[in-house]
Amino acid sequence: MADARVDQAAPPVLELRGMTKRFPGVLANDRIDFDLRRGEVHALLGENGAGKSTLMNVLYGLYHPDEGEIRINGKSVAIGSPKEAIEHGIGMVHQHFMLVPVMTVTENIVLASEPRQGGIFLDYDSAAERVRKLSDSFNFAIDPDAKVESITVGQQQRVEILKALYRGADILILDEPTAVLTPQEADELFGILGTLQREGMSIIFITHKLREVLEIAERITVLRRGKKIETVPREGSTQDTLARLMVGREVLLRVDKTAAAPAEPLLTVENLSVVDERGLEAVRGVSFEVRAGEIVGLAGIDGNGQTELIDALTGLMAPENGRVRVGDRDVTTENAHQHLEHGVGHIPEDRQRRGLVLDFTLAENLALHDYRKSPNSYFGWLRPGRIVSAAKSLLKEFDVRGGGPQTRASSLSGGNQQKVVVAREVSRDPRVLIAAQPTRGLDVGAIEFVHRRLVEERDEGRAVLLISLEIDEILSLADRILVIYEGQIVAEYGPDVTEQALGIAMTGGTREGAAA
Amino acid sequence: MSVTPAAQPPPQQEPTTLAARFALYQRAGGVITPLLTTLLALFIAGLVVRFTTGASPLDTGRAILDGSGLTWFIPESVMDIRSVAGTYDDWPSEAEARLNAEINLQQTLIFTTTLILTGLAVAFAFRCGLFNIGGQGQFFVGAIVAVAVGAEVSGVGRVLHVPLVLLCAALAGAVWAGIAGILRATVGAHEVITTIMLNWIAYWIGSYLFSLGGPLQSDRSRQVPISNDVQESAKLHVFWGDFQGLHVGFFIAIAALVAFYLILNRTTLGYGVRAVGYNPEAARYGGISVSRNYFLAMAISGLFAGLAGAVDIMGWQYRYGQIDIQQSDIGFAGIAVALLGRNTSIGIFFSALLFGALLTGSNTRNLALPIEPELAGNMTLIVQGLVVLFVAADLVILYLWRFRKRLGLPRREPKAVGS
Ligand SMILES: Nc1ncnc2c1ncn2[C@@H]1O[C@H](COP(=O)(O)OP(=O)(O)OP(=O)(O)O)[C@@H](O)[C@H]1O
Ligand SMILES: [Mg+2]
Repeated sequence: MADARVDQAAPPVLELRGMTKRFPGVLANDRIDFDLRRGEVHALLGENGAGKSTLMNVLYGLYHPDEGEIRINGKSVAIGSPKEAIEHGIGMVHQHFMLVPVMTVTENIVLASEPRQGGIFLDYDSAAERVRKLSDSFNFAIDPDAKVESITVGQQQRVEILKALYRGADILILDEPTAVLTPQEADELFGILGTLQREGMSIIFITHKLREVLEIAERITVLRRGKKIETVPREGSTQDTLARLMVGREVLLRVDKTAAAPAEPLLTVENLSVVDERGLEAVRGVSFEVRAGEIVGLAGIDGNGQTELIDALTGLMAPENGRVRVGDRDVTTENAHQHLEHGVGHIPEDRQRRGLVLDFTLAENLALHDYRKSPNSYFGWLRPGRIVSAAKSLLKEFDVRGGGPQTRASSLSGGNQQKVVVAREVSRDPRVLIAAQPTRGLDVGAIEFVHRRLVEERDEGRAVLLISLEIDEILSLADRILVIYEGQIVAEYGPDVTEQALGIAMTGGTREGAAA
Repeated sequence: MSVTPAAQPPPQQEPTTLAARFALYQRAGGVITPLLTTLLALFIAGLVVRFTTGASPLDTGRAILDGSGLTWFIPESVMDIRSVAGTYDDWPSEAEARLNAEINLQQTLIFTTTLILTGLAVAFAFRCGLFNIGGQGQFFVGAIVAVAVGAEVSGVGRVLHVPLVLLCAALAGAVWAGIAGILRATVGAHEVITTIMLNWIAYWIGSYLFSLGGPLQSDRSRQVPISNDVQESAKLHVFWGDFQGLHVGFFIAIAALVAFYLILNRTTLGYGVRAVGYNPEAARYGGISVSRNYFLAMAISGLFAGLAGAVDIMGWQYRYGQIDIQQSDIGFAGIAVALLGRNTSIGIFFSALLFGALLTGSNTRNLALPIEPELAGNMTLIVQGLVVLFVAADLVILYLWRFRKRLGLPRREPKAVGS
């Protein structure tokens, strides 16, 4: 069915030949060939740091290639800036949306397209009308007059896509679009991509989720360490074959673990209420415990109080009510530093805003919690030698690629940044490990690794609280599953609950009568 | 919940704070951008000279260079002055010219000393993400305390008196800046506003103290709003030259540069300061107290500025008065020094030397030729203003020369959505 849509005879809409991009000390793209046919969805797969984002940034004019040729519709072109990329019909949706929150959808779309001529004297109404038409023709369900800050992440992403369409893009690049989406939103996105494809749009799709690749891509190109490994059609590919192509070895896609042997409770939460920044009660009277030797999964749709709960459990936000105990110690009113001292580890959901100081080196980042402690410092004096050598072995152990201890965190690929955070938190041997989206943006090999580490932590007698938006991740790791909905725990399940049951609970379906 | 992303490619990582942004440019431009900034500022100043006086910018530049005494390092060049300044009635002998250069160089280095310290006062706060505009006020407070302790305390030996004055003045500066730090840390009052207010408070306190009949006014000349001289025991040793020669405060400034580097890069305190400067949210998550570091960074900044005031008093001024307070702008010059020096030790040394040379070289005393004295005196201000302007405008230089592109730097994109 897919091939019917793809015109095989015509020249590819886009062709990259011998693309090479070097960064100091890193060959990010090594003579990569790539082609995109009209109307196809072409997935770009690869491990963290394989060079996917770099390749796309070169195509979009954000980086300048050291070598290589870009051909559009058979003609060789030079793309020196995003503006030129747009002129050639290339649109890119970054993972970090580039929208102005206080402006309306229309303003965001139109202002960005016509910054000079129109200025503020644009005919807003007719612009809004055009946006509405465009949105309706693709079933985007976007209100052109809504303020961007008031719409969901999934809708913001659609605004980004609309922006590209409005500027006349016929090649759309999506860099890990589903990493920030809930599974439901991801399904909606796939629907939209299908529509676009039928209209003749050609799409490059970067993701780490093999299931998604098999769901929507016609062809799949795999990169490994800057080199193109192969381009394969979807037919005949399985998650296992793709994983092997990516990583170059067999990957265990299922988590291998024995039954949990929970012991004494290490994290006890009683009747906890937390008020968020807007003064609304985001967590409402939550009670649960996590025992030594078990992984408790907290499932829920984004925005149901998870963020505030995590902040309260880690001392980053003072709860309104209730108590939190770590072991026998009441830590309710203690600050982040004291939480760390009492053995709470925390993999934050947002690594760039919170988990890393991007301008610090990896060694400095790895020492973030313990730079004041003894081998790292001595009466207030840092010992860079110790910090660097400790970092060296951690980076090796956690297979962080793309830099050494003295590399700045900002120059690592997204997935490798995440590995640095995980390395720091896990290596501190916390009694309680709070892992929020620990595998967001990681490749399959790295996910396997992190999952194995979490299970190992459990087996060593730590209490692990896993907060994830991915039902899959919760199901494969958790020994016990709690469902959070509108700030309350609405259901609790054992490890063999079905995906459907969980899904229903996450949308509030079991609220009445469920054990709190 | 926040939307920030999993694998976001580096080009979109807009630095979050001023300090982080600065670090980015610093790495990208290396030493090239500050050099270009300087050259461009000098070039524009040269144009000003050309269009207002018709004098040759090159000759003016040469005259300033000679006036700064930096030519002392190249003995042959000292005599070249003749080729430029063709109107001397009686040529200075070679020995005279050399002595002249020596005196000018001493003066340049005296200014450099103060500028290093006021520059550090701006830079340290900057590394914590704070903009300390209060160097001037902290300098006043340091100078006032130095005069008070230096002149009114007597009978202690030099070994005790000198450190005592330095310590008191530095602490006074720290307290003064610390007030702004505490206000920022507790009630969130922005340090730019509070330090400017504190500047004026220091200004008026000083004006009162030295006014006729004021508590610190001299008891020998009752008609002049000026303080007593500091005791001999509180004066810094002059090790090069006799009249207003170079004093050991120069080495205090060099030591401060080293201390700045060590504190920031080699101590746990500096780690916290930098972490907060780059990413306060990550610091908080890491268990580092943001408010504590705001206070500490300001206080240490003030320490440097207070020291600047003390060193000036103890090294060559020996007294302080209303006129000095009204005319002083060396604290503000520290902003340009820090910005041009990229808030690093090495950079601050060289930019302080540059501004010190400009101040001395464009001094009317040295620059008889070839331009008008008023304009010459304002040259430094022009350059200083241009430097701040350039740096503040996101390093226009990088932009102009499209260095960003060549260096693989990101272009500016519209601000990303936070959540
Ligand atoms: N601005 C930069 N400076 C230096 N090195 C960089 C820069 N950007 C990327 N790199 C390096 O280039 C390599 C490829 O990075 P890239 O971001 O393209 O990876 P990726 O395939 O998108 O990975 P991920 O799945 O983790 O996002 C990595 O080793 C990375 O460290
Ligand atoms: Mg990437």
